[in-house]
Amino acid sequence: MATTTRQRTGWTIANVVVAIYALIPVLWLLSLSLKDKSTFTDGHFIPRKWTFENYINIFKVGSFGRPLINSIGIAVISTLIAIVFGTFAAYAIARLQFPGKRLMLGASLLIAMFPQVSLVTPMFQIERQIGLFNTWPGLILPYITFALPLTIYTLSAFLREIPWELEKAAKMDGATPFQAFRQVIVPLAMPGVITTAILAFIMCWNDFVFAISLTSSNTARTAPAAISFFTGASQFEDPVGSIMAAAVVITIPIIIFVLIFQRRIVSGLTSGAVKG
Amino acid sequence: MPEPAAGTVAAAGGAEPAARGAHRAALSEGRRSERRLGWLLCLPAAVVMVVVTIYPIVYALLLSFQRADLRFPSDNKWIGLTNYVTVLTNSFWWHAFAITMIVTVVSVAVELVLGMALAMIMHRTLLGRGLVRTLALIPYGIVTVVAAYGWRYAWTPGYGYLANVLAHNSAPLTQQAPAVGIIILAEIWKTTPFMALLLMAGLAIVPDDLQRAASMDGATTWQRFTQVTLPLMKPAILVALLFRTLDAVRIYDNIYVLTNGAQGTSSLSILTYHNLIGGLNLGIGSTMSILMFIAVAIIAFIFIKGFGTAAPGSDATGRR
Repeated sequence: MATTTRQRTGWTIANVVVAIYALIPVLWLLSLSLKDKSTFTDGHFIPRKWTFENYINIFKVGSFGRPLINSIGIAVISTLIAIVFGTFAAYAIARLQFPGKRLMLGASLLIAMFPQVSLVTPMFQIERQIGLFNTWPGLILPYITFALPLTIYTLSAFLREIPWELEKAAKMDGATPFQAFRQVIVPLAMPGVITTAILAFIMCWNDFVFAISLTSSNTARTAPAAISFFTGASQFEDPVGSIMAAAVVITIPIIIFVLIFQRRIVSGLTSGAVKG
Repeated sequence: MPEPAAGTVAAAGGAEPAARGAHRAALSEGRRSERRLGWLLCLPAAVVMVVVTIYPIVYALLLSFQRADLRFPSDNKWIGLTNYVTVLTNSFWWHAFAITMIVTVVSVAVELVLGMALAMIMHRTLLGRGLVRTLALIPYGIVTVVAAYGWRYAWTPGYGYLANVLAHNSAPLTQQAPAVGIIILAEIWKTTPFMALLLMAGLAIVPDDLQRAASMDGATTWQRFTQVTLPLMKPAILVALLFRTLDAVRIYDNIYVLTNGAQGTSSLSILTYHNLIGGLNLGIGSTMSILMFIAVAIIAFIFIKGFGTAAPGSDATGRR
């Protein structure tokens, strides 16, 4: 299609609008986090007095390091386990005939739509009884559970699109089933697995309901929950600077993720999402 | 992976009949081992999901028929449907229900329109496509609580650039209608990219030829959009609507940070949470949980009926 100058201008304007839409609130977070204490309430979008004090404070005074480590550890472990178990199940659902397949899909849809808040009370009770309350596994278990349906749906849709005849052809050519799987199927499935892993990671990283209800101290509290419990250096101080600095810190990993995997997220979803 | 797939299917097609013949000979044995493998592979996921959710769900159901208040543990007893009557005749419940529905309907409707526009831009833009896609995905990647704090301070008088833009020293978060508006805005900002992503996946399957043919027949851009693009995108639109609606009904994070349910802005999740963790009234809280689950299930059921063949899972068994 030939592009006219008018079309090009139109798209440029559209792109600028998208950039403004996406970036203004993010720049606002950044701006607040860099403002000096005395200038928080000036209401200016761009800081008049810059400082990194807020960032230093959250780690020195606010002990934000521990929640950050909790967040990373819990999200990574949950994602890995969900991906391994989810890939097994998705492979079975996409490739094998067995009774109970629909039940499996139905159950995962049911879990995907179950309100997290509804699970919080019973979990709170059970975890306190069996000693999982305020521990890493106490959060990892619900995260895996909620990441699994997403993983199973996205991946089984993705795996269905892989031409399995290739695997058969490789076996005919004398490859062992394992060789065929490793050298033919794994490389083709990898983009889908990575996409799903990113979505699952974002989900675990983003969680708030479980994080505030199933933890009581920094032993297992994740970063989003810790932020909501921030208090100022003294009780008369509004913790806005700390909240915003912590907000920026936990946003950085996700932005790096999106930057690196942007193409993969899009192509993976393109082949998976429509099929459900 | 459409490109390599098309080529390789054709190339490998010749091997198919031979393989099928061998397969048929060992049918029963093969079937049985296939079943066993299928179950084995699903087992870990199924065990985790059952252990973590089924027991709590049953537990919540049982609690909902009891008087169970952690403040008065000696008063625990079975009271049948009394909790349900208490909740369903309570104006707070219906108020939260109305707020939840307003937030859901308005935000999902706006997101559908905005998301469609964003999807078009991401799909068709020519210069700096990767950059635009990355930028558009940023709100989706940002933790909801974090974004919500940003919005809260933006609208707080003194702190915020938006509060200052409005009438001098207005505090929209302390009034019901503006606060609900801001909650909806925060929700839309955060999840429009998700909607756009799913819609873009739908756009990708609309063939360019069809568009060109329609345009040769004299269809205007708008006609092509409504008569060619939209009908073909129906499955994608329904999937996007379903996932977003189910998510919006459960809205919690944004409201927690923005108002924590003050000024009559409680959603069902917020109300349930306050009764459970704040009020320690497990009986009433569990009843609310179960009612909320029923509401979500009804919405899902309506959507899945509307889906027809596009329902998630319905095509899963159709193809091997």
